[in-house]
Amino acid sequence: MGKPLLHRSPIPGLGISAGITLTLLSLVVLLPIGALLAKGAVAGPERLWSEVNSARIWASLWLSFRLSFLAAAFNLVFGAALAWVLARYRFPGRRLIDAAVDLPFALPTAVAGIALTALYAPNGVFGAVARDWGVKIAYTPLGIFIALVFVGLPFVVRTVQPVIDEIEREVEEASATLGASRAHTIRHVILPMLAPAALTGFALALARAVGEYGSVIFIAGNLPMKTEIAPLLIVIKLEEFNYDGATAIGIAMLVISFLMLFVINAIQVWSRRRIGYV
Amino acid sequence: MTATFNFALAGAAPPLAFTNRFRTLAATVSLALVGLVGVPVQVPAESLLNVSYDPTRELYRDIDEAFTTWWTAQGHEAPTIEQSHGGSGAQARAVVEGLDAQVVTLALAADIDRIAAAGKLPTDWQSKLPHNASPYTSTIVFLVRKDNPKGIKDWGDLIKDGVEVITPNPKTSGGARWNYLAAWAWAQKTGKDPQAFVKALYEHVPVLDKGARDATTTFAQRGIGDVLLAWENEAYLAQKELGADQFDIVVPSVSVLAEPPVALLDANIKTDDQRKLAEAYLNFLYTPEAQAIIFKDYYRGWDTSKAAPEDVARFPKLDLVDISAFGGWKEAQAKHFADGGIFDQIYVAK
Repeated sequence: MGKPLLHRSPIPGLGISAGITLTLLSLVVLLPIGALLAKGAVAGPERLWSEVNSARIWASLWLSFRLSFLAAAFNLVFGAALAWVLARYRFPGRRLIDAAVDLPFALPTAVAGIALTALYAPNGVFGAVARDWGVKIAYTPLGIFIALVFVGLPFVVRTVQPVIDEIEREVEEASATLGASRAHTIRHVILPMLAPAALTGFALALARAVGEYGSVIFIAGNLPMKTEIAPLLIVIKLEEFNYDGATAIGIAMLVISFLMLFVINAIQVWSRRRIGYV
Repeated sequence: MTATFNFALAGAAPPLAFTNRFRTLAATVSLALVGLVGVPVQVPAESLLNVSYDPTRELYRDIDEAFTTWWTAQGHEAPTIEQSHGGSGAQARAVVEGLDAQVVTLALAADIDRIAAAGKLPTDWQSKLPHNASPYTSTIVFLVRKDNPKGIKDWGDLIKDGVEVITPNPKTSGGARWNYLAAWAWAQKTGKDPQAFVKALYEHVPVLDKGARDATTTFAQRGIGDVLLAWENEAYLAQKELGADQFDIVVPSVSVLAEPPVALLDANIKTDDQRKLAEAYLNFLYTPEAQAIIFKDYYRGWDTSKAAPEDVARFPKLDLVDISAFGGWKEAQAKHFADGGIFDQIYVAK
């Protein structure tokens, strides 16, 4: 008992706020996940494994996680670029664009899905152009990718932007006066400062994309083995009254997501140690 | 360590003012939460929730209006009739899991059987109302682009090179199961291998939507596919809503006799008054007045006595196969649509 677990804060109400927080966290987060795991425990590992171990489910999990990863990676690069532009440059319409970044948060995902499908279907505005080039977007994995980019975009922008705001221009100027090239400054001065926030944004975008259902369902063709995402398979299992099957896919997604987030966190810890701050 | 934690959590022996403030805060928070989540409103006794499938929105809007007029004319108070629509399977599941419906009007007997298996109504529900408890029937037809550019006349044309077929996922849509069975029936009647035909058919499907209405949207609004396998009523409705100059209806040589049944959910009836209302509502569906509405909304009713002649004359005669040809819904469901059934094999087998 060298030091107490909780320091008494000069601001009163820690006990109450901790109590409320823990209660809400249990009700809203832990209880549903606990119920999922309990359901899985009742079914037993063999049953779960036999439910998950089919070509169709592996195909859908591979599709969901692969496209989510690609979409989050896309958002990482372009979201960071967008955040940089919004934080560093003043131009007409900047506030408008800044506000528009949050739209994917605000828009009901079904609306987003229908709008994206209308645009990217072969008779839509962008879809027609793509069709002339012989590319199909809606009802292919490419369409799913676009929907996932859409829902994940704000995460990277909103986590990276405040960090860029904090970086003082003097740092870049100092780097330049010391003879560093622009590429060298970006690589060795800017990126290390952005990396932890960008990784957080990446993880959030990834997590969001993996579970996304509402918007994807409209733009994916939902063909088994080709464009069927894992969350849709959960819904299909539920409608077959196959609760064990739905639980099995849910737990499989939970485990894979947990592993991915664990790796991302490990990278974050590693990069923090290496850089020494932030 | 634990002691410290508990102490901090409980905020031991706080000053009195503090406790009061906390009470106020707690009250405010719980009030806000209740406001956000929404308190169930006390339902008056004379109310009814009809849980139905996807394409019947227009039908039951008309029926509910006519029923309310009729019911009040009998000297009752005007009832509150609420509707819920969605994929037939999803609706059945919602009812099994506690959706407080007094009547269900679904796409397939199999879906109501599931509700019966959960103990919400007796298993012999289908014998309680005339015509297998189906106030109307319908069938599956083809909706094609204007002037039928691909020359689609019958099921066999659907698997020609370059033809794209739109049909929803039989796993989630009741109508899609009828589509599938109609294709199966045609192949059987024409002496083909039905499983091979159905497999070939689904290879021509570029999008598997969740429900019948979504599939109509994909075909009509997104311009995907050459032919939509649709409920007859949905095909006529699409033609009416989106313009007869855009689509033609093609009637295949063989199709299914779909009997979308209705039933009263005994377990969800709370009072005798409500039971009377629910029974009257279901019986009303068989009256000449309601049957006229059914014909008007493009369903094949039974009683033509009050229906407009042009509504009745609209329906072409075709060779209809009913579900008993597949051994009833229990068998059809298990053989074709259950986990690992023939439909699943179509996609997994290479």
